[in-house]
Amino acid sequence: MKSLAELEEIRKKTLEQINLRTSNNGMRVVVGMATCGIAAGARPVMTAFIEELNKRNLKDVTVTMTGCIGVCRLEPIVEIIDKDGNKTTYVKMTPEKVARVVAEHIVNGRVCLDYTIGEAEK
Amino acid sequence: MKDLSLHLMDIVQNSISAKASKICVSLSADRQADILTMRIVDNGEGIEESLLKNITSPFTTTRKTRKVGLGISFLKASSNMAEGDIEIYSKRFEGTTVEATFKISHIDRLPLGDLAETMVTLIMANPDIEFELDLDNNKDCFRFRTVEVKEQLKDIPITQYEVLNWIREYINGGIKIIFGGVLNEIIS
Repeated sequence: MKSLAELEEIRKKTLEQINLRTSNNGMRVVVGMATCGIAAGARPVMTAFIEELNKRNLKDVTVTMTGCIGVCRLEPIVEIIDKDGNKTTYVKMTPEKVARVVAEHIVNGRVCLDYTIGEAEK
Repeated sequence: MKDLSLHLMDIVQNSISAKASKICVSLSADRQADILTMRIVDNGEGIEESLLKNITSPFTTTRKTRKVGLGISFLKASSNMAEGDIEIYSKRFEGTTVEATFKISHIDRLPLGDLAETMVTLIMANPDIEFELDLDNNKDCFRFRTVEVKEQLKDIPITQYEVLNWIREYINGGIKIIFGGVLNEIIS
């Protein structure tokens, strides 16, 4: 069984890392987490974002959740908002798609057009 | 919903929308009575009396975008399916309690699911809300408080990846000890 005391260890380790943080972009990832999103599998998508971002050590990207975005049939929906407020809406997301979105969009700034809402609604 | 942890996540979203600053989740399994109780208590805005009467109807919702709201109806359906029911108590500006019961041994009772993942996701997305989790099996209990974690961490945010991992493992440990062998989907 884990104990609260182990957090002290984590605290010490993390303190060192925090100083190394670089301020790169301040992007926001917003996952739709209403009844529709959850039923469609939004939770594993959100977890995949956290893991993928950590793997690449992207500490400046925040992952949050919101309510129903409004197009329930296209859930799980993820919105990525860059530092200037430009929003990209990805639909029918899966943990597999997340890896590509992180690599191409968040790291390299190229939107994965084929996953966006515009493409899905054609 | 596939499992109870997803239902839980869904109902907690209601608490978050009601601007709750503290959300307590408790799950108790009574093997003798064969009853599993899931309770979510928040200190949010509460539900208006007029709305409370028809709260389990899928056509009751406060949202403006459309006329259906399925979260509570789904929970009621899942609970009824396993010979249980739901109960909602609410007082305006004081908070709301949602309680769902399930017959543990019922063939249609949903499995617990990844409860730790639900808690971690909720904490990460809402670091300012205090979450509490209580598990008990009528003999032993397990408790988890984000307040205690934050005290221990001091200047480190609770959303740190390593901290979230610790929380996940801590909760999973608790589930194993409390529900192992009590809920048959959890191996002790």
